[in-house]
Amino acid sequence: MVVFDRPHALIDVPLHYCPGCTHGIVHRLVAEVIDELGIEGKTIGIAPVGCSVMAYDYFNCDMIEAAHGRAPAVATGVKRSDPENHIVFTYQGDGDLASIGMAETVHAAARNENITVIFINNAIYGMTGGQMAPTSLPGQVTQTSPYGRDVNHCGYPIKVCEMLSQIDGAEYLERVTVNNVKNVRNAKKAIKKAFQNQIDGKGFSLVEVISSCPTNWGMSPKKALEWIDEKMIPYYPLGVYKDRSANKEEA
Amino acid sequence: MSEKVLMKGNEAIAEAAIVAGCRHYFGYPITPQTEIAAYMAKKMPKIGGTFLQAESEIAAINMVYGVSSTGKRVMTSSSSPGISLKGEGLSYMAGCDLPALVVNVQRGGPGLGGIQPSQSDYFQSTRGGGHGDYHMIVLAPASVQEMAELTVKGFELADEYGITSMILADGTIGQMMEPVSLDFDLKPMPEKPWATTGTKMAREHNITNSLSLVPEELEKFNFARYEKYKKIEENECRYEEYMTEDADIILCAFGIAARVSKNAVNEARSKGIKVGLIRPITLWPFPKAPFAKAATHAKAFISVELSMGQMIEDIKLSTECKVPVYLCNRAGGMIPDPKMVMDMIEKVKAGEN
Amino acid sequence: MSTREFLFSGFGGQGILFAGKFLSYKGLIEEKQVSWLPSYGPEMRGGTASCSVIVSDNPVGSPIVSNPDVLVAMNLPSLDRYEQSVKPGGVIFVDSTLIERKVNRDDVTVYYIPATRLASDNKLGNLANMIIVGKIMSVFDEFTDESVDAALAKVISAKHADMLDVNKNALKLGAEYTKE
Repeated sequence: MVVFDRPHALIDVPLHYCPGCTHGIVHRLVAEVIDELGIEGKTIGIAPVGCSVMAYDYFNCDMIEAAHGRAPAVATGVKRSDPENHIVFTYQGDGDLASIGMAETVHAAARNENITVIFINNAIYGMTGGQMAPTSLPGQVTQTSPYGRDVNHCGYPIKVCEMLSQIDGAEYLERVTVNNVKNVRNAKKAIKKAFQNQIDGKGFSLVEVISSCPTNWGMSPKKALEWIDEKMIPYYPLGVYKDRSANKEEA
Repeated sequence: MSEKVLMKGNEAIAEAAIVAGCRHYFGYPITPQTEIAAYMAKKMPKIGGTFLQAESEIAAINMVYGVSSTGKRVMTSSSSPGISLKGEGLSYMAGCDLPALVVNVQRGGPGLGGIQPSQSDYFQSTRGGGHGDYHMIVLAPASVQEMAELTVKGFELADEYGITSMILADGTIGQMMEPVSLDFDLKPMPEKPWATTGTKMAREHNITNSLSLVPEELEKFNFARYEKYKKIEENECRYEEYMTEDADIILCAFGIAARVSKNAVNEARSKGIKVGLIRPITLWPFPKAPFAKAATHAKAFISVELSMGQMIEDIKLSTECKVPVYLCNRAGGMIPDPKMVMDMIEKVKAGEN
Repeated sequence: MSTREFLFSGFGGQGILFAGKFLSYKGLIEEKQVSWLPSYGPEMRGGTASCSVIVSDNPVGSPIVSNPDVLVAMNLPSLDRYEQSVKPGGVIFVDSTLIERKVNRDDVTVYYIPATRLASDNKLGNLANMIIVGKIMSVFDEFTDESVDAALAKVISAKHADMLDVNKNALKLGAEYTKE
């Protein structure tokens, strides 16, 4: 009996991610959800610019590589091309989603665009070698904040879920992490809900996954997972920031 | 032929796009192309299409990129400053060989410039506009009828070659009304097996992508793309010649400048001066042949432009610099009038004698 | 007539563009070549609105009318600006309710029509524009019921069918106007 197997929606190739990077876990969760919902044949994924730029080689569904930050706009086009038959998700990092692509993110949410957004927040630009991200913590040392992020000089990190929760259009916003088994389970639940919402026509659903970047944080993989608990989660508390349909049902 | 109606050039583009089967339009407000978006906003919901006002030009072109990836006909329109913003998307679409129609109703620049007609985006459009080795097919209508016809043609060429077609119009042709017939023989749309519409679990996954980190591979893609461009250059050059056969002086102009120039040709002829006009309809590919031919008998060329003479380079290349090329131009939103062109003709003629 | 170039000019809101559109459609119906080109942008807002119309037996070259055969001036700034541009032998139509001065040229024919006053006297709202168009048609001996009806049907949408009659009345009033 097979108890653990590769999800069909994930192609059997070695991923290029660094040891200890949590992209692999999140890829797997997305693929499992696509399998479980039986939507691989109608799903189109949008890859960003950043570490996950080559996600198009890993997911078995149709894939589109978008310009930096533009994934929600591309997803809007794909979704509206055939709203009944396309399930569309974007997979974006913090630089892509919360810096150069902030306008696309906010407006896709405002339109309640019926898409699913997987947002990887690891507080750093990984692909380009560890520069300060819009979500880098105050004091965090990066290549472009070598003395630590000085909020008086370059401002504060952006809390995406909190910010988007103020937008009437957004349907569902949840922040999760994948630094231990329990959290991985919760993350999967959230991702599944974000896809199910799209299937149900509920609209813009975003799951922010607090992730690690051992390479650019300059830590061992294990230490990086601990750093999530120690530093990231206090600044970026986990939880549901908006669930419009659930709130309606309660009311 | 269907009944002719009076339409603004911008509206003719919008209606022709709908006739051509375009059901997705994305745009952002900017003068002087607003009628296109307004027309689409009104029409699309009634025919099951999508009109969406994007948050920016950048978002709009990326929505176009998304729809085009799924194989459907899609367009956006803007005016000069907005086209600069779309440059990123245009480059990515070229890198993915995606078909689309982009309209630029030009206004004076650079920068915010003005809102009056201009042709100063000639370099931007004929040389690509964004980064990387690429071209767009650039179509320059000179009448409202051509606004409609070249829109349909633009979609067809885009699909046939996997390329972006750009309608390079100007505020005058966009705003003016002329009789137009919207009766077209449409070519059937080619199959698009590359479209990302979901695998239906029946094929390998399709990928729309312009990234290739292996230089040997990226080079191969570029070489292949330029083979395609060569074919376009061979097959798709379009132009109009007017009284060029015996002409001593050749006017070269496109769009509104060609209309003005035609008046000047008529006037010159009535004074016994042998003047002709070559009007490129495709600016890329640039129709070199009629220029090379005219250079065998003409003594001078005059480029009539609403720019600082951006087309002159192409004329000189086409004629291998055999004949002098003079510039008769206005800029910043001004339009040369036939008298100005006539004066230039007489000046050049006097210089020749 | 082989080619006739019109320039309509006045304040925004005086129906300058509409008057031009009417004559364009009239030309189209009569199987002429026509072009209609408005001024656009901020220029239109509050300031002077103008509109070039060309009706011709031949394909229209430049749609921009710099030296009109026919100038319609519906306010003083328009007359000041365009008076000298009219071709010798051309015609100027002046709304004499709004323009008190006379035209300072003796090589053109001028018609002074108190169009704005006629419109208000006859409860024709702001149809001074169409009163002048009616006069243009009669001067060029082109006023027929059929041509008026056909062109009006093109420029007035079915939704505003009630406007057909008033427009026709304005055109007639202009056509029949002779100096008091």
